Amino acid sequence: MTAAEPIRLLLFLVGAATFVGLNAAYLVWVERKGAGRFQRRAGPTEVGYAGLLQPIADAGKLMSKQLIVPPGADRMLFRLAPVMMMPPAIMAFAILPFSEYLVGIDLNVGLIALFAFSSFNVIAVMLAGWSSRNKYGIISAARVVSQNVAYEIPMMLVIITILMLAGTLSLTGIVDQQAGAFWNWNLFALASNPLMPVTFIIFFVCMLSETNRAPFDMAEAESELVAGAYTEYAGMGFGVFFMAEYANIVIGCAIAVILFLGGWHSPVGVFPGVFWFLLKLYFMVFVVIWVRWTFPRTQFYGLLNLSWKILIPISIFTLLLSAVMIKLV
Amino acid sequence: MELHPVQSTGPQETFVLNLGPQHPATHGVLRVKLTMDGEFIKDAVIVAGYVHREHEKMGENRPWDQFLPNTGRIDYLSAMMYTHAYVGAIERACGIEVPPRAEYVRVITSELNRISSHLVWWGAYLLDLGGMTPLLYAFDDREKILDLLEALTGARLTYCYYRVGGLAEDLNEGFVEGTRDFVKEFRPRLKMFRRLVSENIIFRKRVEGIGIIDAEMCRKYGATGPMIRGAGIPYDVRRAEPYSVYPELDFEIPVDPAADSMSRYKVRMEEMEQSLRIIEQCLDRLPDGPVMAKVPRVLKPPEGDFCYATEAARGRFEVRIVSTGKPIAHRVRLRTPCFGNLSLFEEAARGMMLADGIAMMGSLDLVIPDIDR
Amino acid sequence: MKNIFKEVVGGFYSLTVGMGITLREFFRKPVTVHYPRESLKMPERYRSHLIFTSDENGASTCIACNLCVKACPTDCIIVEGEKKEGEKRKSVTKYDLDFTRCSLCGACVEVCPTDAIVFSKRYNLAATDRQQFHIIDLCKDLEERNKKKAR
Ligand code: SF4
Ligand code: SF4
Repeated sequence: MTAAEPIRLLLFLVGAATFVGLNAAYLVWVERKGAGRFQRRAGPTEVGYAGLLQPIADAGKLMSKQLIVPPGADRMLFRLAPVMMMPPAIMAFAILPFSEYLVGIDLNVGLIALFAFSSFNVIAVMLAGWSSRNKYGIISAARVVSQNVAYEIPMMLVIITILMLAGTLSLTGIVDQQAGAFWNWNLFALASNPLMPVTFIIFFVCMLSETNRAPFDMAEAESELVAGAYTEYAGMGFGVFFMAEYANIVIGCAIAVILFLGGWHSPVGVFPGVFWFLLKLYFMVFVVIWVRWTFPRTQFYGLLNLSWKILIPISIFTLLLSAVMIKLV
Repeated sequence: MELHPVQSTGPQETFVLNLGPQHPATHGVLRVKLTMDGEFIKDAVIVAGYVHREHEKMGENRPWDQFLPNTGRIDYLSAMMYTHAYVGAIERACGIEVPPRAEYVRVITSELNRISSHLVWWGAYLLDLGGMTPLLYAFDDREKILDLLEALTGARLTYCYYRVGGLAEDLNEGFVEGTRDFVKEFRPRLKMFRRLVSENIIFRKRVEGIGIIDAEMCRKYGATGPMIRGAGIPYDVRRAEPYSVYPELDFEIPVDPAADSMSRYKVRMEEMEQSLRIIEQCLDRLPDGPVMAKVPRVLKPPEGDFCYATEAARGRFEVRIVSTGKPIAHRVRLRTPCFGNLSLFEEAARGMMLADGIAMMGSLDLVIPDIDR
Repeated sequence: MKNIFKEVVGGFYSLTVGMGITLREFFRKPVTVHYPRESLKMPERYRSHLIFTSDENGASTCIACNLCVKACPTDCIIVEGEKKEGEKRKSVTKYDLDFTRCSLCGACVEVCPTDAIVFSKRYNLAATDRQQFHIIDLCKDLEERNKKKAR
């Protein structure tokens, strides 16, 4: 490691933090605009051109609010929960390869580090629900834990399927194997596993569930649990959870892009670059928003059934299938 | 560091969850005290009465026709049918013959009102289940109905359009064409709703087999309307105690024997279809003529006890009036459907999961002011 | 086994159908009206608070007969009138409407023998003070409208 390396890393992290903040703020705008269009309304229009300053106004509002700790709550854990939510999300950005050159650290176990970071948010949400001494919060905390346990398994099975193809844990390595036109992407690696699109869908479903997005938003479930684990949070306490939710969506989508959609490589084989990565990333984010504004919420045991009875068997099957195919080919 | 574990409140590790009076799922100020065992509802106690407004008493201290504006405010989503029951009771008491045109217009507006009420329910139900977009689609169509009725009556919700002996005003210009257009536009929309929601696997998983309320329970608690039709009994006041011009019209009473949330859902969706049929037939047959019968200036129904029931969007609404021959009622009794429909929640919710309980409560289609009156 | 397979595939298909519908709506024009910037025209029969009609001289035709006061279910009208020199009928001097209690039922409009009152189409009614709606002075309102017309 040269002397410049730590400085570069620091700069990258600052950049990532800024990106996460702005990205979260503007994804809220995109979400609200998108929801508006899906529901045939206009969405935010008043603050700034087409409501573009709305996230800033919202942030101003959230920050100026009083932070209330409900009586009887565990003060320390209550404050700690939002704090635990954000840094893992930012750290995950240090590993994500946005392009060949735009990467914080190219770890050779990048994928594992990424999942280690991203499973942090369960603990944060659980702590938030538990420490706020609210019955809705506690129900929500219990739900989050079992939901995440259930969905971690098919997710990992899917990832092992990919790893067997790639043979490396390094994210840049995985992306580089998908260079060339779009038929080299893992999504279309039908020769080594004809069920690859199904694998992708399983991954996508698990990703939605891990990030607590609708239709799997058991933790928030606003018509049942008011706001679930976040019920007692006021001002920026809530704001941080909100931002982290979007940061996690971006991370989830980024993983999907890296593992399945060829990362920064162009689908037609020319001009690979960071903009392809972002394009694919935001397309995925759009799909996530689209799903949210289409479906009702799943029932809690329905969600567990889906994972244990459908997703896990299928993903085990695809795993075995690709193992056999790799051996044969 | 001091930890504060939440103590369980009972000996069997249960805790009490207060659902409401301010909770997104109760659609107003209804409070349900749930005794929970984990996520399972062990016991539910309904605490109603937060929006009690003494409508019955108000009916007893003013001249007969001055109670009309109140009738639209009991169940604000089916104001037309409620006003119909009240004017019907007085007409029955006084022996007033309502001109046929007025009766047809009453049926058309009532059915439009029923569709708009079911649309609100449809949207709100999906909102209970966590899908927000259907609500906005439903309101898009409902808005068209409200525009029609607003142009006709001048109000969007509390119409107060019927009068004892007829209607306040004749149809406005463009109402007939507007309604025909609406019927034409709404059929494909219903189909779209079906594809977007009714066939959706997530939705089906949440309502099929959930919240079984069978005919016996309906009978016990006096539940009517889509509740009892969703339990397989074709009881509809429009057929059981025919009123107005309904006997002349050709429509079906949808029933579904499955008795779960899905069957109540299906019954309501099918009812919208039938309402469209009724509206079309009425528009075709709409006779000319006056819309107001000759009615004395001061109403004095003869001494006696009179009833009139209508099929409101949520079930049987019945007005019973007791007259002593004076210009002011002796007793006005309102039998509202939501009270019966809600009462069975306590029994039906036992043993359900919280989210299922809410899915069932949504399928009851509650309007809280209607319960409390 | 076959059933499960059918359910999974059928269920997935139903989800894609739903997504297709919302995507189609996504590309259609919004149906909402951007309220404070644009507003709808109220229909002919729209019911907002009462106002006076006027004859050709701009005076109210109300004869202070008190019929509307009696017809009102919520007692929200106060009418006073006096008989002027040389006129057959009384004319109105004070007509106060308590809009906080009015249910916009229309009984008063229907009963009026001279069609002196109608519903207005003012729907942008908002105030920071409840008091403003306790007394809506219809006489003053008519005067103001006359003045505006004269200008
Ligand atoms: S509209 Fe009805 S409530 Fe209002 S002033 Fe007239 S009679 Fe009274
Ligand atoms: S407004 Fe009409 S009913 Fe009322 S006092 Fe004047 S003339 Fe009589």
